[in-house]
Amino acid sequence: MLNVINYHLLTMPGIAFILIAVLLVFYLVGMYNSFIVLRTRIKEALSGIDVQLKRRADLIPNLVETVKGYAKHEKEVFENVTKARASMMKADTLTEKAEANNAMSGALKSLFAVAEAYPDLKANTNFQDLQRQLEDTEDKVSFSRQFYNSNVLEYNTKIQTVPSNLIAGMFNFKESEFFAATEEEKKKIDVKF
Amino acid sequence: MTIYSQISSNKQKTFFICALFIVLLSGFFYIIGLYYGDANGFLALGLVISSFSSVFSYCFSDKLVLFSVGAVPAKKEIHFNFYTAGENMAIATGIPMPKLYVIPDSAPNAFATGRDPKHAVVCVTEGLLAIMDRGELEGVIAHEMSHIKNYDMLVMTVVSVLVGTVSLVADWIMRSMWWGGGSRDDDNNSGSKNIFTFILLIVALIIAPLTATLIQLAISRRREYLADADAALLTRRPASLASALQKISIYPTGMKSATSATAHLFISNPFKKGKKGDWLTNMFSTHPPIEERIRLLKEM
Repeated sequence: MLNVINYHLLTMPGIAFILIAVLLVFYLVGMYNSFIVLRTRIKEALSGIDVQLKRRADLIPNLVETVKGYAKHEKEVFENVTKARASMMKADTLTEKAEANNAMSGALKSLFAVAEAYPDLKANTNFQDLQRQLEDTEDKVSFSRQFYNSNVLEYNTKIQTVPSNLIAGMFNFKESEFFAATEEEKKKIDVKF
Repeated sequence: MTIYSQISSNKQKTFFICALFIVLLSGFFYIIGLYYGDANGFLALGLVISSFSSVFSYCFSDKLVLFSVGAVPAKKEIHFNFYTAGENMAIATGIPMPKLYVIPDSAPNAFATGRDPKHAVVCVTEGLLAIMDRGELEGVIAHEMSHIKNYDMLVMTVVSVLVGTVSLVADWIMRSMWWGGGSRDDDNNSGSKNIFTFILLIVALIIAPLTATLIQLAISRRREYLADADAALLTRRPASLASALQKISIYPTGMKSATSATAHLFISNPFKKGKKGDWLTNMFSTHPPIEERIRLLKEM
């Protein structure tokens, strides 16, 4: 009986069948692993956004102290900035983070506008340095969001296209959400034009 | 064309040019094989010798180039826009931040080198820092880091090894013919030494090195277009890179410290050409014409 099976397996069709089966296994393993890699990259990109948000939040106390030294009475500006910082630290979901970041940008814009009226403050090199660093952190948050989105794009595309969608279905890989523009951000674009 | 379609188009064209190159290479050694009966010896020796110099410069590319152009490390306090552009592009590409250097040359230019993203270097000239605003500088750095991300150093090194092999082998065979021809009785006497294969060989010896070089330059230009498109995708502002290229192109003199070996690494051809040049000049250039690059960026 065993002789018969061996005989059938070792013929050309038999060998071809084994080869195809082996290749299929390699393909499945490779595809599964690539999903894991992409999903892990997304998680890392997400924490990358948090790193930039934290960087932004960390610069604020120094800025507030510097400005207070020259413009003690501008209480509202300080309150807005401090409130924005608090909501940035608390933010959990992607939408909360986006909104907190925008609130911070708005509060900072007001603060820098108010600072225009204090020439001594404007001449302070520490203030100038903080100002350009904070403007830079806005870019950094924006780029980290972009990087996160490009990873989500790659992952979601793979989940939907054939034949990888079959493996995605088998192992229950679900689409991730993009870091989309909030309603506030969309409104701002309308206002410009 | 959109950014995405430009990127795929450039990748496809690179693939086709490389395929053409393989065909050329195979044809060349086939013809040699026709005449001498066995081309393997030539191929192996040519590859080995050509590899030595290219692989050496590939592995130490970052140190070699810096040494030859007199570069100085960039500092965040002094070169804020350059340094933060490097940081931000590292965030956007996901590759580690490269080492940043500044070259004391007044002609505006930039280059990137390094065998892989972990050993990458980006250099700019003082001249570039002087005339670019923050957005344009970001575009230039994005272009350079796209080269790093696309492993263009590796691509060009591999191509250069193959071109070197063709040139070396063609050279040896021509010399051996000049100095009294190949031995009458080879141990591998399966080649057919008749007038037809002889003529074929001569034609191949003359055409192959030239064609190989042209293909190498075509690949170099294609990778430049790809780096432009990738930079546009990273910054989401192709107009900034277009404006940066525009500023670089109107600068009158070339760079003092570039050599022909390092020319292909720069964002803009460091040897200034006065006018746009006809199709023949462009075929022999490592970089596409700047007007064309600017036009494509503006279309995105």
